[in-house]
Amino acid sequence: MIDYETLKLVWWGLNAALLIGFALTGGFDLGAAALLPFVGKTDEERRVAINAIGPTWEGNQTWLITAGGAIFAAWPLVYAAAFSVFYIAFMLLLFALFLRPVGFDYRSKVADPRWRTTWDWGLFIGGLVPAILCGVAIGNLFVGLSFQFDDSMRVSYGAGFFALLNPFSLFCGLVSLSMLLLHGATFLHLRTDAHVQRRARTAVMVWGLVTALLFALGGVWIKQMAGLHLVQIGDVNGVITPLSKSVQAGEGAWLTNFHTWPQAWLAPIAGIGGALLAALAGLLRWRWPAFLASGLAIVGIIVTAGLALFPFVLPSSLDLNSSLTVWDSVSSQKTLGIMLGVVLVFLPLISIYTTWVYRVMRGTVTIDRIRRETHTSY
Amino acid sequence: MLPAADVVELSRLQFGLTAMFHFLFVPLTLGLSWILVICESVYVMTGQQVYKDMTRFWGKLFGINFAMGVTTGMTLEFQFGTNWAYYSHYVGDIFGVPLAIEGLMAFFLESTFVGLFFFGWDRLSKGQHLCVTFLVALGSNLSALWILIANGWMQNPVGAVFNPETMRMELASLGEVFFNPVAQVKFVHTVAAGYVAASMFVLGVSAWYLLKARDTGFALRSFAIAAGFGLASTLSVAVLGDESGYTAGEVQKVKMAAIEAEWETQPAPASFNLFAIPDQENERNHYEVKIPYVLGLIATRSLDKEVTGIKDLKVEHEVRIRSGMLAYDALTKMKAGDKSEPVKAQFAAHEKDLGFGLLLKKYTPNVVDATEVQIKAAANDTIPQVAPLYWSFRVMVGLGMWFLFIFAASFYFLARRNLAPQRWLLKLAVWSIPLPWIAIECGWFVAEYGRQPWTISGILPTRLSASALEAGQLHFSLIGLMSIYILLFAVEMYLMLKYIRIGPSSLHTGRYFRETAAAQPQSA
Repeated sequence: MIDYETLKLVWWGLNAALLIGFALTGGFDLGAAALLPFVGKTDEERRVAINAIGPTWEGNQTWLITAGGAIFAAWPLVYAAAFSVFYIAFMLLLFALFLRPVGFDYRSKVADPRWRTTWDWGLFIGGLVPAILCGVAIGNLFVGLSFQFDDSMRVSYGAGFFALLNPFSLFCGLVSLSMLLLHGATFLHLRTDAHVQRRARTAVMVWGLVTALLFALGGVWIKQMAGLHLVQIGDVNGVITPLSKSVQAGEGAWLTNFHTWPQAWLAPIAGIGGALLAALAGLLRWRWPAFLASGLAIVGIIVTAGLALFPFVLPSSLDLNSSLTVWDSVSSQKTLGIMLGVVLVFLPLISIYTTWVYRVMRGTVTIDRIRRETHTSY
Repeated sequence: MLPAADVVELSRLQFGLTAMFHFLFVPLTLGLSWILVICESVYVMTGQQVYKDMTRFWGKLFGINFAMGVTTGMTLEFQFGTNWAYYSHYVGDIFGVPLAIEGLMAFFLESTFVGLFFFGWDRLSKGQHLCVTFLVALGSNLSALWILIANGWMQNPVGAVFNPETMRMELASLGEVFFNPVAQVKFVHTVAAGYVAASMFVLGVSAWYLLKARDTGFALRSFAIAAGFGLASTLSVAVLGDESGYTAGEVQKVKMAAIEAEWETQPAPASFNLFAIPDQENERNHYEVKIPYVLGLIATRSLDKEVTGIKDLKVEHEVRIRSGMLAYDALTKMKAGDKSEPVKAQFAAHEKDLGFGLLLKKYTPNVVDATEVQIKAAANDTIPQVAPLYWSFRVMVGLGMWFLFIFAASFYFLARRNLAPQRWLLKLAVWSIPLPWIAIECGWFVAEYGRQPWTISGILPTRLSASALEAGQLHFSLIGLMSIYILLFAVEMYLMLKYIRIGPSSLHTGRYFRETAAAQPQSA
C-alpha cells in the first residue's frame, strides 16, 4: 500500500490534472462560444463555429463534472466548504452552464432567425460567464474565503457574495477569460476557414498578447498581497484535522514556493511564453503550433496558481487555521488508494477513446459543408 | 451551530424539486438508448433502410431529451457541496467514491460518444456506428448503476465505519458498498422502469402515426420493438420490485411499514393492505381492505418472517436514541481528550446508535441532557408521514399493472397481425405516454421522502446535513433554478411535439409522409 503522504500529494496532482483537462478541452469550447458574436457575422458563419466544437463539447465538459466528483471523493472538506461558500457565485455558474447543452442541441432545430439569435446569446453567455467565474473563484483562493470550521467540522460563513467581487479576483476573472478566449480562438483558427478563420486569427493575436500581459501583471500584484504560511502541522503521513495546524499571513507569502524551488519558475514562464508563442504563431498562420502553444499557456497558468498556493488548496480569511491544505482536507488512505486505482484504469481509456473521436470528427468545418449538411449539423 | 430550520426545509425542497425534475429526462435516456441499439442492430443485420431511419428519428428525439438530462444533471452533481456541506464532509469518504467512478467510467463514455452518434453516420462504418450507439447506451446505464449505488448507500449504509478522530464516516469495504442488496435491487428496478417509460413513449408516438395512417411501415416496426421491449421491461420491474430490498436497512423497514400503513406488527405471513385511509395522529387505519399472506411474501419472500409494524419500530428507535446519547457522551469526552478505556468501551458499545443520538441535536445541542419529552419527540420523528407514502406507492403499483396490460395487449394483437383494427388500444397507448413518468416520480418520492428524517439511514439526520446558508441565498437559487427549468422545459416540450408531428420526414430522406404527400398532388 502506498503511504498516506504520497497519496495526498498524488491526489493534489490528479485533481489539478482533471481541472487542467477541463481547461484544455472544455476551455476552447467556452472560449469559442464566447467569441461567437465576433467570429460569426451571419447565421452560417456562426454555424461553422458552433459545428467546429459541437460534436465533441459534451465529452469535454465531462472533465469538469468528473473533477467535481473526484474532489468530492478525495477532498470532501474542500468540496463541502468551497461549493457552499461560493453559493451564489456557483448558482450563477450553473445557470450559465445550463444554456450550453440546450443551446448546442436546440439552436438548429428551428429555422426562425429570432430563435437562432436567442440561442446564440445563450451560447455566448454560457461561454463567457463560466470563463470569467472560474478565474474569479481562483482569485478568491489567493484573497482567502470567508469560512471556518467548528470542532465537529461544520462550516460556517462570514462575508457574502459581494465580498467575492474584490479587485484581485475580478482581475483573475479577466486573466481566465482572456486565456480561454485565446484557446477558443486557436481552436477555431485550426478547424474553420474563410471569414471565421480570419477573425479567429485576429483573436489569437489579440488575446495571446493580452493573456501574457495580464498574467505577468498578476504576478506583480500577488507580490504585494498577503499570502499564507504553514507554521506548524502534525505528521503529514498521518491523519490530520484542519484545526490542529497553525497558519500565519505574510506579505508575498504566495511566492515562497518559487523561492524554495526555483524549478517552479518554469510554470509561469510556460504561461507567458505559451501565450506569446500562440500570438506569434497566429501572426505566421501556424495553426497547430498556435493551438499547442495556447495549451501550454493554460497548463503554465494553472500550475503556477496551484504551486503558489501549495500546500493550501482552500485558504480561509475568516479563520486562518481553518484553511484547507493537501495534508488535512483529504479522504481516508483507503479511499485515496482505491480512487487512485480507478483513475489509473480509466484516465488512459478516456484519453484513448477521446482521441479516436477527435480523429473521426477531424477536418475543416466550412460554410459549404454546413449548406450540404444543413439538416444534420448543429 | 445547526443550520436554521427554514434553510433545511428550503434545501430539502430544492433538492427534491431538482432531483425529480432531473428524473423527468433520465428514464428516456436510459431506455431509448437501448431502443436505438435494437433498431440499429436490425439495420446492420438486415441492411433495411427503414431501421436506419428509425434509429435516426428516435435518435433525434433522444437528443432533445438528452440535452435536458445533461443540463439538469449538473445541478445534482454539485448540490451536495452547495447545500449539504456537512453531509459532504460526513460521508464524502464513501459517497464521493461512486460519484467519481460514475464520472470516470460512465459519464465520460456516454458524453464522448453521444456526439459521434449524431455526427458520425457518414464517417463510420455500419458496425462502428452501431458500436458507438451501444457505448452511449452502456455509458448511460452504467451511470445509473453508480448513482444508484450511491443512493442505495444512503438507504442502507453498509461497508462504512465512524472515525471519531476525523468526525466522519469512512470507507471500510468498497465491495460491500457495491454489492449492497438495496443498491443492486434499486439499480435493476430503476433502469427497468426507465425502459418501460421509453417503450411507452415509442409505443404511444408510433400508435399516433398508426391512428393517422401515416408512415405505417415505419410506425408499425417501431411499435413492435417498443411492445416487445416494454413487455419484458414491465415484467422485470414487477418481478424485481424494489420492495425486496425493503428488509435490509433500518429505514427500509420503516418505509415498508409506512407504504403498507402497518401500524401493528402482524404475525407472519403478513397480509397486504389493498385499501386504507391512514390516520397518523391516532396511529391506525380507517376502512381497511386486506389480502392475506401477500405482504409477507412480497417483503420477506417467505411465509414465516414477520414484517415489523410502525409502533414497534418506534419503540425500537427510542431504545436506540437512548443508546445514541451514551455514544454521543463518550464521543464528546474523547474529543475533549479523555482516552480512558471505559470511555472507549462506552463508545464502542453504543457507536452504532450514534446517528439516533444525533436526532436529539434538533432539540438540545448537548444531546446528553435531553428530556423524556424530547426523546419521545425524536422517536416520533423517525416515522415519516404515512399517508403520502402509502398512496404514492399504490399509484406506482397501479400504473405498473396498467403498463403490463397495454404492452401485453399490444404484443398479443401484433402477434396475431391484427393491430390496425384495435383503434381503442392505439388510443390508449397515446394517452398512456405520460403515465410512466408519474409512476417513476411516485417511486422516487417513496424512496426519498420515506427516508426522512435521515439523509443517511440511521447515521446522519437531514437536519444536521444541510449547509448553514441564509434563507435569502436559498430563495435566490430556488427562484433562479425553477424559472430556468420551467422555461427550458417549455422549450423542450415544444421541440419534442414539433418533431413528433413532423415525424420521420424530419430526416429529409424524401421517403416519408409530408415529403410523399407533397409530391402526390403534383403527380395527380
